[in-house]
Amino acid sequence: MVAVAERSVQGRGEVLRRLLSARNLIVILVAVVIGYLALVPLGFLLWQTFHRDGHFTLSAFRAAYSAVGLGTMLFNSFAFSAGATVFALVIGTALAYLLVRTDVPGKSLMYAASVVPLIIPGILHSISWTFLLDPTNGIVNTWFIEKLGLHAFNVYSIPGMIFIEGLHLAPLVFLLMVASFRSMDPSLEESAIMSGAPMWRVFFRVTLPLARPALYAAILIMAVRCLESFEVPAVIGLRHHVWVFTSRIYDALHALSPDYGTAGALAMTLLVLTSVGVWWHSRLARRARAFQTVTGKGFRPRPMPLGAWRWPAVAFILLYFFVSIVLPLVTLGYASTQLFYSPPTHYTLHHMTGANYPAVFHDDLFKHAVKNSLVLGVGTATAVMLMCAVAAWVVVRTKLPGRWLIDNLAFTPLVIPGLVLGVAMLDVYLRLQWLPVYGTLWILFIAYLTRYMPYGMRYASTSMFQIGRELEESAMMSGAGWFQSFRRIVLPLLVPGFVAGWIYIFVVSFRELGSSVLLYSPGREVLSIAIWQQWNDGLLPQLSALGVMLVGFLVVMVAIAYRLGAKIGVKEAG
Amino acid sequence: MLQVRDLVKTFAGSKGEGRGRVHAVDGISLDVADGELFTLLGPSGCGKTTTLRCIAGLETPDGGEITVAGRTLFSSERRIRVPANERGLGMVFQSYAIWPHMNVQKNVAFPLEVMPRRRKPSRREIRERVERVLAVVKLDHLATREATDLSGGQQQRLALARALVMEPPLLLLDEPLSNLDAKLRDDMRFELKRLQRDLGITGVYVTHDQVEALAMSNKVAVMRDGKIEQVGHPRVVYEQPQSRFVADFIGTSNFIDGVVEAKEGSSYRIRTDDGVLLVPSASQFGVGDNVVVAARPEHIEITPGANGAAPNVWNGRIAVRSFLGEVVDHVVSVGSRELRARCNSKVSIPAETDVTVRFHEEAFSLIPASE
Repeated sequence: MVAVAERSVQGRGEVLRRLLSARNLIVILVAVVIGYLALVPLGFLLWQTFHRDGHFTLSAFRAAYSAVGLGTMLFNSFAFSAGATVFALVIGTALAYLLVRTDVPGKSLMYAASVVPLIIPGILHSISWTFLLDPTNGIVNTWFIEKLGLHAFNVYSIPGMIFIEGLHLAPLVFLLMVASFRSMDPSLEESAIMSGAPMWRVFFRVTLPLARPALYAAILIMAVRCLESFEVPAVIGLRHHVWVFTSRIYDALHALSPDYGTAGALAMTLLVLTSVGVWWHSRLARRARAFQTVTGKGFRPRPMPLGAWRWPAVAFILLYFFVSIVLPLVTLGYASTQLFYSPPTHYTLHHMTGANYPAVFHDDLFKHAVKNSLVLGVGTATAVMLMCAVAAWVVVRTKLPGRWLIDNLAFTPLVIPGLVLGVAMLDVYLRLQWLPVYGTLWILFIAYLTRYMPYGMRYASTSMFQIGRELEESAMMSGAGWFQSFRRIVLPLLVPGFVAGWIYIFVVSFRELGSSVLLYSPGREVLSIAIWQQWNDGLLPQLSALGVMLVGFLVVMVAIAYRLGAKIGVKEAG
Repeated sequence: MLQVRDLVKTFAGSKGEGRGRVHAVDGISLDVADGELFTLLGPSGCGKTTTLRCIAGLETPDGGEITVAGRTLFSSERRIRVPANERGLGMVFQSYAIWPHMNVQKNVAFPLEVMPRRRKPSRREIRERVERVLAVVKLDHLATREATDLSGGQQQRLALARALVMEPPLLLLDEPLSNLDAKLRDDMRFELKRLQRDLGITGVYVTHDQVEALAMSNKVAVMRDGKIEQVGHPRVVYEQPQSRFVADFIGTSNFIDGVVEAKEGSSYRIRTDDGVLLVPSASQFGVGDNVVVAARPEHIEITPGANGAAPNVWNGRIAVRSFLGEVVDHVVSVGSRELRARCNSKVSIPAETDVTVRFHEEAFSLIPASE
């Protein structure tokens, strides 16, 4: 493949013409945009937190870290992160094992449950659990726990946050571990059984150790996810002063006088923590490839008969399905039928109303939130996929000297928590007056573009690898120029991966809250912000009606994606 | 038709090879005449595919000159580099590179459709030319079939049709038969040869398969380490290899080291450890030169009973016999060495039998021992 920087051997006018060819212009444009998106916010964040009045200073850190309650905040953050990780890991691994390795019935329920994070945005999930586990009127508390004579479970606490976050992350662990168990040679387990070990022994002595690389990877991904999670800390922790990093950053910016220094210093710390996690993970992944004992072959293992354990296993799956999908959705559905929210009683159940639904459509906030979310979703998904198609082409196909840089830059935003990106972008665009995007939808567009670039890149480069190089070369030999072969050969062949990536980005853009909550301005709300505002205003039934419709919409989108054969979900992990 | 002069192409060395650059193509020159099928033959890594890709324009050479039909496509001296898509050459790829999202017709029409507007044929002409070329490769009945539904041999023909539809001055073929199974490969070989001759196509053909090379080409260039070791008519290359490498790579050879003792007419008398050989050769050797005699096993005759004691007639004993269907291979111990003799299937001599080994003159080629 002819590369841009190749020594060109032609006349001077020719050189210029070739340099300014469609291909080079597009490639350069994409490289510049990716570099800009990945580096500028981080650069400003660094500069802002360490610079005051023209010289280097740590004063922002001093201020941030001398705040009262800092110790508790740090402790909370790590406890929350560790707890939710362990919780998600135990549930996800157990489910994955049952699915891949045993003859347990009800496997389709598990697959259904695995798409929960895609169809129930974190903020809705968290809110529905406040309906269920509020210490004074939570449904589960009043109906079950207190009936059993126990103390009501206070969800507004670290254990409460751990429970909700863990529940929401478990499907991710599930998908990661399913992949790992699938690629494991079943004869390793079978030989342990033949050696006379009972099943639980085989699991702990053979299966689990073999899955260790995947487990470590899952631990790191989950820990990073928890640290950067905003929905649960905001909905559960904020009002009840259970602080973690993200809620503290948000709080610093939403005080009467926004404290950008503190927010920046905390954001920097969080960024360092998540970067370490991601870096460690990629190192593990490289090492795991080098010392591979688990082959990449897809095995079709004989499922292990569970025997007497079959029914407890089924009960576990049913309980999980009930708790992770049925309870939150039914609760949301119920709340959407009330004029004023109160826990279900005989009275409220006989006075349900559908009035909230039409009312939603008359709400101005809803109207422009839907419009903005759709515009942003379509715009971001399209822009990201087009950009990443070109970038993936450069990385996979050419021998350009700087191509690894483009690859790394495109993946950089993975380490940036949404809220940190929000802080950084506020910083950039409050300063760059000549780029007047602040207060417009463009700032959200740029933020989404940045956040979803890594996912787009993964989809695009995976499919690019599957397109033989010769398909493109034969187009060139047929006389097609770069632009023609890209448009008529490469893009059409990328379509399946392109569509899958597009839908994935479209779907996840609807639940984005971390960046949006800092960057939106009145009239520029998106759906997740509308829910966030209604939650803060206590408009619970209205919010629930909106939420139910949103979930319905996302279910349709995910179903379409699955129809198209997209393996979405797994991509999300890591 | 095609002239290549002093073509050089280097790649950055990978880790194991230090920092130096690897010369994939190391100063190759070749000429292909009009209507000729020219084959680049060699083991993997010899630079044959790189040479082809340089001609195609898919790789940029570091130096040299490439001219097709009087048009300079590349010249490091005159700073000319015509991009691949403007060279107008046809190419058949190893994987066929059939576009899976187009049907047969669209695959073939593509080269015509992407032509610059001023040269682009009318829609009707495109249709006619596509039909014509599909008829030539006998795919006309499958024109609307999805390309992915074709069999391997049909895909091969489709790739050929797509390369021919532009009526290119030169057709490049990169191991086009290597993905077919053995039986189909034989059929396609004849088919391809017939098409090439009937249509008068000038082609450069890359392969590592000596049978293919010998059967198809008007001229074979045997390559090794980025250089051409020997060029010539297939028969000449086979019968008169100029180096041990060529003799070894094409066909099978027994190599017998020896010293020139005398020149007798057009033959040389070669003394070896196990006897004397009288080897005809057109090359010039002096008395006392170290040489290697390459002897083709199919021109070595064996008969039971040890009656040999003359030049080209030695005594030996069968070590191993193996039946290969059409022929029977015998490994004969002669003194300290083992020779391979290929006999027709009627001759089959059990192991441990004393035999007379008779070298026919056409078995021999004489190679300097320097190498």
